[in-house]
Amino acid sequence: MPLLEIKNLKLDFIAGDRNLRAVDDVSITINAGETVCLVGESGCGKSVTALSIARLVPRPPANYVGGEILLNGRDVLKMTKSELQAIRGGMVSYIFQDPSASLNPVFRVGSQIKESLKLHRPEKATDAEVIRLLKLVGIPAPESRIKDYPHQMSGGMQQRVMIAMALASEPKLLVADEPTTALDVTIQAQILDLLLDLKKRLGMSILLITHNLGIVGDMADRVAVMYAGQVVELAPALELLRRPLHPYTKALMNSVPKLSGNMQRLQAIPGNVPSLGNFPSGCRFYPRCPSAQPECAKTMPQLVEVEPKRWVRCLYAKPL
Amino acid sequence: MNLLEVKNLKVHFPVKHGLFSRVKAHVKAVDDVSFTIRPGETLGLVGESGCGKTTLGRAIVKLVEPTAGSILFEGEDIARLSGSELRVRRRKFQMIFQDPYGSLNPRMTVGQIIGEAIDIHHLAESTSARQKRIVELLKAVGLDPIHAQRYPHEFSGGQRQRIGIARALAVEPQLIVCDEPVSALDVSVQAQIINLLQDLQQQRGIAYLFIAHDLAVVEHISQRVMVMYLGKVVELAEAKAIISAPKHPYTQALISAVPVVDPDSKRKRIVLPGDVPSPMHPPAGCPFHPRCPMAQLPRCEAESPALREVMPGHWAACHFAK
Repeated sequence: MPLLEIKNLKLDFIAGDRNLRAVDDVSITINAGETVCLVGESGCGKSVTALSIARLVPRPPANYVGGEILLNGRDVLKMTKSELQAIRGGMVSYIFQDPSASLNPVFRVGSQIKESLKLHRPEKATDAEVIRLLKLVGIPAPESRIKDYPHQMSGGMQQRVMIAMALASEPKLLVADEPTTALDVTIQAQILDLLLDLKKRLGMSILLITHNLGIVGDMADRVAVMYAGQVVELAPALELLRRPLHPYTKALMNSVPKLSGNMQRLQAIPGNVPSLGNFPSGCRFYPRCPSAQPECAKTMPQLVEVEPKRWVRCLYAKPL
Repeated sequence: MNLLEVKNLKVHFPVKHGLFSRVKAHVKAVDDVSFTIRPGETLGLVGESGCGKTTLGRAIVKLVEPTAGSILFEGEDIARLSGSELRVRRRKFQMIFQDPYGSLNPRMTVGQIIGEAIDIHHLAESTSARQKRIVELLKAVGLDPIHAQRYPHEFSGGQRQRIGIARALAVEPQLIVCDEPVSALDVSVQAQIINLLQDLQQQRGIAYLFIAHDLAVVEHISQRVMVMYLGKVVELAEAKAIISAPKHPYTQALISAVPVVDPDSKRKRIVLPGDVPSPMHPPAGCPFHPRCPMAQLPRCEAESPALREVMPGHWAACHFAK
């Protein structure tokens, strides 16, 4: 049994009298010890999908219209309040993009980590355990650092504290929502290295959300590419990077410059990401797709397995 | 001749504290920086947050006052100019910003935003000529003339950045300082703006100082690249040379830290320990030595390395660069 199984998840945001479909028929599984990357641009539904795993999207405005989210075989969408309380920060932990916004500015970082311990492992809510966690995430001199307030730490250090807090409950799944986007490249490299190392040592699964395809190659076992609320391609990471099958994945890879790439001109994707509620009919990418056919405007393609383990949502995706 | 020549530029900000706001210390945001930009050239400027790259960009267009040094624009020092003397010359150099929404007045239409620049510099003789120019500019940046009547909030991020570019172009500048112009945009839209900037450069011969933290983007758009660390230039060279054979250990680490899409590249990542030190208390000697994997004490701690030409056209500020 996979650790997490999201099946045909459908989520609407209610805006006045309109129902805007933000997540449409998304299915993703994560096995124990696996790292899955969720890639997409802003507004594609990747964060909402990730937040749904612990049902952190407030209802209303959100409304789950269909599908299930099986965590260890139990449907999160059917859980009671107290059951949810137990998995939030327990079996599933989150770290977010901006650590300074996630930490409480008026409490010392040590007591914030201890709070998480009190909730999930009360017998271990001691200074010694907090220091062990800070050491685990590579904070130098943790004995003195537990007395620090968040503003006394740099962005990279704050993100390490967030990771320590997330690990306090010994989660089975760590959801990292753009954990390095707000950080500089050299600090990003430190945090990514730390996540890889922790995964190896603790054997947890990671769902990593990013818009940077470069990170995928370094981190992921499998990748799901999302566009306009749908998964458009799902594949083992290295295979996807070597040979993308969906036109959007291809376009995304071609539109970013590569180091020592010798490209004269970037292949820009025309137009803009469609906004919520303004998704085109048929294939959602067809107005921007370089290989669109007349049929694409009429028929919404399904996510199909075109090759073993390679799922693509395109009418014209061909296997090798 | 060089279009821009910056010599020993310093921008120091006073840090005030306590009673009577006494000046306690100085943040040396830009510390003794020299470089040149040729007409029609793109000079890339990279560095991590707090390294002074934005302050340097703002000082060149005189949005912050330099503390010392000179900024020669077409041979004339603009560092000490102010008031109307400066305003006349401002036509030659413009700036576009990271957040295209924050830099557009929400209560003005796009036509008014672009027209304001034309009015200040008296570039249109009649209302119809002014209108014609606005339409031309909108077309040049890939927008529709009908957009002149709309307000900034009606546009997407990429379109707003196009408006910012049109406003900068309105006065026919020779140099545009681009401060992280694509960082706030979606990946698929970034390429559109980068292509637009390159097209405009080819058509109009504009020079760019392109400030960004994304090395791949900077390498793609620039002829030469300058790397800053704690207010100082640590390396300056041709874009291809700096990426393929960086001489300064900081540049080497920076390049190796960029995640690459190609899964088959056999690249070794150099992970630097620690954080960038506070620019208020920069380390003595070489500012990079506490994080440098090849620092040799006591020399790196004692002596601040000068920027020297280690190869023709390739400058690095490291005692041991060869």
